[in-house]
Amino acid sequence: MIAGYIFLYLPIVTLIVFSFNDSKMVTLWGGFTFKWYGVIAHDTEVLDAFKLSLKVALMSATASVLLGTLAAFAMVRYKSFWGRTAFSAHINAPLVVPEVITGLSLLLFFVFCERLFGWPDRGILTIWAGHTSVGMAYAAVVIQSRLLEMDKSLEEAAMDLGCKPFQVFTLVTLPMIAQSLLAAWLLTFTLSLDDVVATAFLSGPGSTTLPIVILSRARLGLDPTVNAIATITVAVVSVGVFAGSLWLNRQETRRAAEQAAAYREGMQHAVAA
Amino acid sequence: MKTQNIAHALFNNWGRRSVIGIPYLFLILLFTVPFLVVLKISVSETDGIRFQDLLSYVDGAVTLKIKLSNYLFLGSDPLYVETYWSSIKFAALNTAICLFIGYPFAYFMARSPANLRPALLMLVTLPFWTSYLLRVYAWKGLLDDHGVFNNILIWLHLIDSPIRMMHTAFSMTIGMVYAYLPFMILPLYANLVKMDLRLIEAAKDLGATPWQTFWLVTVPLSRNGIIAGAMLVFIPSMGEYVIPELLGGPGTLMIGRVLWDEFFSNNDWAMASAVAVTMVGLILVPLAIFNRYQADSGGVRGV
Repeated sequence: MIAGYIFLYLPIVTLIVFSFNDSKMVTLWGGFTFKWYGVIAHDTEVLDAFKLSLKVALMSATASVLLGTLAAFAMVRYKSFWGRTAFSAHINAPLVVPEVITGLSLLLFFVFCERLFGWPDRGILTIWAGHTSVGMAYAAVVIQSRLLEMDKSLEEAAMDLGCKPFQVFTLVTLPMIAQSLLAAWLLTFTLSLDDVVATAFLSGPGSTTLPIVILSRARLGLDPTVNAIATITVAVVSVGVFAGSLWLNRQETRRAAEQAAAYREGMQHAVAA
Repeated sequence: MKTQNIAHALFNNWGRRSVIGIPYLFLILLFTVPFLVVLKISVSETDGIRFQDLLSYVDGAVTLKIKLSNYLFLGSDPLYVETYWSSIKFAALNTAICLFIGYPFAYFMARSPANLRPALLMLVTLPFWTSYLLRVYAWKGLLDDHGVFNNILIWLHLIDSPIRMMHTAFSMTIGMVYAYLPFMILPLYANLVKMDLRLIEAAKDLGATPWQTFWLVTVPLSRNGIIAGAMLVFIPSMGEYVIPELLGGPGTLMIGRVLWDEFFSNNDWAMASAVAVTMVGLILVPLAIFNRYQADSGGVRGV
């Protein structure tokens, strides 16, 4: 198992180490330096690509969670409707279809639309559409599993106590699935930020995302600026994941404590009566 | 009161319709229709730049023109046949190695103390959150002729000149295993951690050796985890593009890369579309097998 963890982390560690390497030859150690970070800080290609990536990821993660929530509700709450099997196939399909196919088919579709309507040009909108169609499938899966294990009697109790359907949703259901919404958002955000294959098909001139820049540099060979970008990514991600899991843990303990307190109080009332 | 009820029912109906309809419409528009476009282009006649309509109205009769030459070419050209075959081989090899490494890994994770498990699990998923592209790129630095491994081996005087590892089947396989190992470990772990340990104790009490217990009890019980993991590795690795592009070489043909080159380098949209359609067919086979297994065992709740 330890060998397994070494296998998983060795490449990442070497990436980080060589980002501080003061030598043109990426794999020969030539002393410690921060210079590659300075280089990327002034590299407009990298900076612009990063800005676009961030914009697309924010937009597509948000849209994916909104659409994924609807899809998850449709799957879990409506057991029979016209075309349910086809609907479930539609939700799962983007998960198994290779990205080269998703990218190619969307691109040909957009080209087709462009010929018919003169719209849309390839750029941020087409990238967003591609990322969202895959992202909503992932979001639906995450949210669906949370909805399935949720206790429906709580919603029924709220209804019995006179809540309107919309109130039930905002006051009971939403807080209960909030964690899975956040998890789905983070997942689709990172997927979008990382995507290169579908993006390559869907991006146009002047709309390159960070992974496209990385891929084009990585194709040419080893490049210390790529190592520097990687190090920053790893640092941000580990801090994010660590903080996220701490927060989730705290929420979990707090909820358990609240539940225990409510139960105790209830028992006391019952005993008193 | 009555009007409120009617409004209520209307809202419910409306709500229900939009809950189902909005995501449905989105997926049909951005997933199914585009695929139909691909299907159409793969069988269309071209007059240079434009693809002609399949249905045309000539002399009062509707004619349907379908061109199958792209598919015939796919089936007869040894390059394509070999590429499909080699994609399947690499995906199968990758699945086998991931299972071979991932099973003991998941097994020891599931049997380690309960308070350690969340941390162990997080360590498996953490690389997964960092960019996949960058993790594949990292292997370039390790396996290059002047890379870390060769430098260490030369420094240890084990070899005199660098071993060629990059752009071979070796570098591509190692990259694929590295990228897909967590997909194997996670469903296996989810399955193994839920296993009823009393069954293993019972086997021991009945005189089975640890080896027998493992093969006759643990492995059959984890069948669903194995199948789920194998599918999660096999299907996406067949369509892989980034790994063959960065780590593979001329000898490592993968269908995803051929599709890409057909589109971006040769600009042959019809051919790329035909490749895509056959690729989907190739994926449907393992998927159908997986679905049958799932139906047999009442659903895999692995991932």
